[in-house]
Amino acid sequence: MTQAPAKSWTELKAQTPRKNSIPEGLWLRCPGCGQMIYRKQMEANLHVCPECQHHYRIGAVERVRQMADPGSFEPMFTGLSPTDPLAFRDLKSYADRLLAEQIKTGQVDAVVAGTAFVKGRAAMLCVLDLSFMMGSMGSVVGEAVTRSIETATERNLPLVIVSGSGGARMQEAGLSLMQMAKTSAALARLDDAGGLFISVLTDPTTGGVTASFAMLGDVIFAEPKALIGFAGPRVIQQTIRQELPEGFQRAEYLLQSGMVDRVVPRAELRSEIARVIDYSGR
Amino acid sequence: MASYYQLEFEKPVVEIEQRIAELEQKARRAGAPPAEAPAYPGIETPEAEPLPDPAAIAVEIERLREQREAELARVYSSLSPRDTVLVARHPKRPQTRDYVELMCKDFCELHGDRRFGDDPAMVVGFARIGSTKVLVVGHYKGRTTKERIACHFGCAHPEGYRKALAKMKLAEKFGLPIVTFVDTPGAYPGIGAEQRGQAEAIAVNLREMSRLKTPIVSIVIGEGGSGGALGIAVADRVAMLEHAWYSVISPEGCAAILWKQANDQTNQLAAQALKLTARDNLELGIIDAIVPEPPGGAHRDPQRAAANIERWITDQLHELRSVNPSTLPARRYERFRKLGSYTEVPVG
Repeated sequence: MTQAPAKSWTELKAQTPRKNSIPEGLWLRCPGCGQMIYRKQMEANLHVCPECQHHYRIGAVERVRQMADPGSFEPMFTGLSPTDPLAFRDLKSYADRLLAEQIKTGQVDAVVAGTAFVKGRAAMLCVLDLSFMMGSMGSVVGEAVTRSIETATERNLPLVIVSGSGGARMQEAGLSLMQMAKTSAALARLDDAGGLFISVLTDPTTGGVTASFAMLGDVIFAEPKALIGFAGPRVIQQTIRQELPEGFQRAEYLLQSGMVDRVVPRAELRSEIARVIDYSGR
Repeated sequence: MASYYQLEFEKPVVEIEQRIAELEQKARRAGAPPAEAPAYPGIETPEAEPLPDPAAIAVEIERLREQREAELARVYSSLSPRDTVLVARHPKRPQTRDYVELMCKDFCELHGDRRFGDDPAMVVGFARIGSTKVLVVGHYKGRTTKERIACHFGCAHPEGYRKALAKMKLAEKFGLPIVTFVDTPGAYPGIGAEQRGQAEAIAVNLREMSRLKTPIVSIVIGEGGSGGALGIAVADRVAMLEHAWYSVISPEGCAAILWKQANDQTNQLAAQALKLTARDNLELGIIDAIVPEPPGGAHRDPQRAAANIERWITDQLHELRSVNPSTLPARRYERFRKLGSYTEVPVG
């Protein structure tokens, strides 16, 4: 398979993807190219714009559907649910927020994990769900990611984690921070055991998730134009009070600065993962 | 008496200190021996006011000093989370280099990450604490304005975290325990930092520290902000100084995101909500101990603060010395593994 020549970020212009909200209706205007596109066609195309290849943000359930061989996904750790250990309250209480998010998404928290086959290769699959509190990592996400890593270690399965997250969940404060140490330490053990970890970064992956397991992949793939970074662009801009370079923190920029192995379009993700699994001999 | 950067809640204490200073001045005048006073015999020195009784002044000063101690203890025993953050950031609060000077001998500083550069916001070097040889790692904010700017006010770059890790691996090779001082508002958010992999540098530190086969003890001495703090705090034992803070984000950052604006009121609410004090962190199991500060905070008596920290470190190192180093990573793993709060229903 040949890879399309990598565009430099200067060529990518201002067509950077924006918010994930997919408007209701049969037709929608693509935030990438501004064309009116037929919704069903976009959805059938893995939620990628058929005109400009803009990658729409997708939830964990859709991601699993795309990644796993049909019928092969066996969910795990589904009994985990979040608590409100600090009785946290900002403009809204965390307890209310959790409930609202659970009703909105039908998910218990921002993670889906389980074993699956990817093009016939058995793997441990763990996907963060952006639609639930921006995929933020609290205790449940940290625990599910850690158990996924431990399961991969114990069963000698290749581990694939698909990240899309605003970072550590503020509403669990210090406990969220500790999930960074917990998940990273679990990866040390997977590494000691000779396991394979493929990290897939999607738009956006920032903060405590990037600064822990997401950047620790043996192989790191990023979806085109995904925003990936430690600090968010707004925070950086406020700190340095300068315009940020064009394409800054986008997947192609990270490829140029040596931070990811490949920028992989969604349509090629399965075959690329399968290829790495084969090379690793797992 | 030294004047300190004045915190709002310290006002009653500062008022007492001012009165003590006035009285001391009076006492000096009163205490000047009058016998040797006439420089020109025969000429009367004008006495504008009658000299106060030195003994009475001394008694009053003593009384005020006691009052000051009591007031300091009172104020500092009931700091709000927001006040704690202000104390933790006090410009006179001792920093890593101060503690190294106060408690270590023969500090042998090591520079550079061998990849890009040397980050002054991260101080690393061999040192002796008592008779124990250790590797010291710590964030550094800087003392002078020039130094503070060079250190980005304690916000380390990727090269800082990589320098720390490189030397920690050296410590592991030499069988030296590692002592880390955490004092950062957070890792630096900037273009260069992102380009050079701030997230990756921190992530690698978390992973590698978890499997170092040598004892690691960490203490948050001032600010423990987010991943930038944790990046040198994956340790066998973690403590906080009494008035330090440690959480997932600074109260200002949290207020800006969750309250949509950072101002006095939202900063206070965020500080409260983030459970960032030493006591909160102890309750959550995130830290193992609180190291007490002298009354009025570490900045009022750095020697005593250093002595308290040294005692805690020495005790931990003594305990950890009896553990086989090869079993330390497993124990460290368990320490972090159990952190988190969730419920679980059996699924079958």
